[in-house]
Amino acid sequence: MTSAAPSIAYENVGKSFERGRIKAVDGVSLNVTAGEFLAVVGGSGSGKTTLLRLANRLIAPDSGTVRVHGDDVRGLDPIALRRSIGYVFQSGGLFPHMTVADNIGITPRLLGTPAQKISARVDELIDLVRLERAHKDRFPHELSGGQRQRVGVARALAANPKIVLMDEPFGALDPLTRDALGEDYRALHRSLGLTTIMITHDMAEALLLADRVAVMRAGRLVAQGAAQELSSSSDAYVGELLNTPRRQAERLQELLPKDRA
Amino acid sequence: MNFLSDPRWNDALTRLPDYLGSHVRVSLTALALGLVISFPLALIVRRRPVLRDITLGIASIVQTVPGLALLALFYPLLLALAGLSLQWFGHGFSAFGFLPSVLALALYSMLPVLRNTITGLQGIDPAIMEAAEGVGMTQRQSLTMVELPLALPVIMAGIRTAAVWVIGTATLSTPIGQTSLGNYIFAGLQTQNWVFVVFGCAAAALLALAVDQLLALIEGGVKLNSRTRIVAGCLGLIALIAATLTPAMARARTNYIVGAKTFTEQYILSSLIAQRLQAAGLSASPREGLGSNVIFEALASGDIDIYVDYSGTLWANQLKRTDIRPRKELLSDLATTLKDKYGISLLGELGFENAYALVMPRKRAEELGIRTIADLAPRASSLSIAGDYEFFSRPEWAALRRSYNLAFRQQRQMQPDFMYAAVASGEVDVIAGYTSDGLIAKYDLVVLGDPKATIPPYDAVMLIAPKRTSDTKLREALQPLLGRIDIATMREANLRASGGDGASSPDAVARWLWEKIGKR
Repeated sequence: MTSAAPSIAYENVGKSFERGRIKAVDGVSLNVTAGEFLAVVGGSGSGKTTLLRLANRLIAPDSGTVRVHGDDVRGLDPIALRRSIGYVFQSGGLFPHMTVADNIGITPRLLGTPAQKISARVDELIDLVRLERAHKDRFPHELSGGQRQRVGVARALAANPKIVLMDEPFGALDPLTRDALGEDYRALHRSLGLTTIMITHDMAEALLLADRVAVMRAGRLVAQGAAQELSSSSDAYVGELLNTPRRQAERLQELLPKDRA
Repeated sequence: MNFLSDPRWNDALTRLPDYLGSHVRVSLTALALGLVISFPLALIVRRRPVLRDITLGIASIVQTVPGLALLALFYPLLLALAGLSLQWFGHGFSAFGFLPSVLALALYSMLPVLRNTITGLQGIDPAIMEAAEGVGMTQRQSLTMVELPLALPVIMAGIRTAAVWVIGTATLSTPIGQTSLGNYIFAGLQTQNWVFVVFGCAAAALLALAVDQLLALIEGGVKLNSRTRIVAGCLGLIALIAATLTPAMARARTNYIVGAKTFTEQYILSSLIAQRLQAAGLSASPREGLGSNVIFEALASGDIDIYVDYSGTLWANQLKRTDIRPRKELLSDLATTLKDKYGISLLGELGFENAYALVMPRKRAEELGIRTIADLAPRASSLSIAGDYEFFSRPEWAALRRSYNLAFRQQRQMQPDFMYAAVASGEVDVIAGYTSDGLIAKYDLVVLGDPKATIPPYDAVMLIAPKRTSDTKLREALQPLLGRIDIATMREANLRASGGDGASSPDAVARWLWEKIGKR
């Protein structure tokens, strides 16, 4: 970890819903360093999506502080904050009545970028996420799931954000597409110098893509660290989560020896 | 006669520019007003469940009020408002015709727009709304860039429903003085002119269809992002409005407006009066199918200039008198009171009476030995009676029951034109008919005597609006009609008007009537 101010910092953050009955996020402290790729892993209802949405103030914390580039988000204009942070939604979240180009160019358009510049930027992004330019004028329902999610990534990157938040971005895709998209995004993350938080329920995906993994359970952060640090965790739930990919890897190793591949 | 060569088609066609133009004006204005109110209202209440339910509840209740009643209610409401405005600001407005129609129809159009806008916006996938927020849209941007475009098909469906409803319901604005395609239907029903009824219904349906299709064109254009479709649809609507404003489609400006209530005799007499005024070089046009109370108020406020009413009706309805006076005394009392209270001049009697009377088939009456109401009373408990929509709530009925101790086995309400056929065929035993009705002779019915003089006199009298009191040209033009029309002549005229051919139009009958009385 570097000593510079973290890109995103959660300081003892709490958030509950339904008048305190459900504690979605419970006293979480977590730093995400500039340039880092953090995956947050947990089951449904573990509070991982809430944690993500606290970062661009789609949700405001009840207690504690969330800082982006050192600034308390409560002091920032939420609209400007959201426009400066890329967000990739679960199943694309594309606007069904807009073309691919319009979807990608939406945040620059909200920022008042001239149409010509948006158009050039859209072309650039289409190349970047490895879509075909012929797809530009299509509507989301005319694309495959993988293509839609590429559009989602392009849209998140359109306004040159430093930070990208991803909410189970590859969850609904078939394994091959998922792998290709994950690798492609990982490359973009590195080449563009992004800071990324990705939510996933799949520990294997988290370990393969991220620099560091945070594990959430019932609103609490139960462990965080790189793969090796996690494996030394004493938390039973973390062990359980790690067991599955470990067992799968061993089994696959037996079934698919390298020399026969 | 060949159905299509019927001259009444031509008559209907010549009225089309006026009726259609007025219909389009009133319904599109109402629709626009309804939209301007209900669309923002839907946006305001959609996220407030209590307010939303209340608003939708009220709109639904409005929808359950029959169109005719809603329109009729707006008339007295506006009349009261106009009175207050005159009192407070020094100038009133006309509560007649256009304004009450537009307001009532606008109210009527609100439910489909409100409901569909709210439903359409609520039906949007929450994930899409989340995405709109996530990419940094403000609430307004989310509404205009995402939610409204996505809800558009549902909203447009609501607008189209409202358009069809309003255009259909606008036919009911005729009785409160708004000319519309309903004029065909009301006049046709009253004078048994089925050509008019069919014509009016078809014209209203075609208009509704045309507007619906133009709106569909605009909707399709928005959905497919096709500017040509949007432009074509808008141009169509604009053309429709523009056409109604061109001189040929606009109501011909006339100086004198002659009112007519909703029955055949009134259509004939208003035509007769208009013809007399035109013959005297005054421009005049009839305004037909007005409700009984609407027409009196319209005269008092000067929205119409002249019409024929009946002394007994005025006595009971406008003066709220329940006592029965000798004929001459009642007339002079009426003239004085109308003048003092409303400034209305009673020009004089036409010469006949159109009173309520109990009527039976002649044969049946003879068999039973009934000649007067007094003879009828002991047998009433085994007989049924039918009357028009107001008879049983009128003071005459109460008075009749009191003085003759009448109690029928059954009483029914009927459209006046069907009453006579019903009694002639034995469907009912007795009807409360009108003494001047030509059908009495046609069906060989007999008017039962009223030995106790319980039913007040119903002399047909011409009334003139306050602003025309000292209009000598008008008085001179109408003088030749006073005292000239006897009951036999009026019955014959009414009978002619109930025939089913070209010679039975009110205009033609009015000309026949003038031929007959003008030469005396």
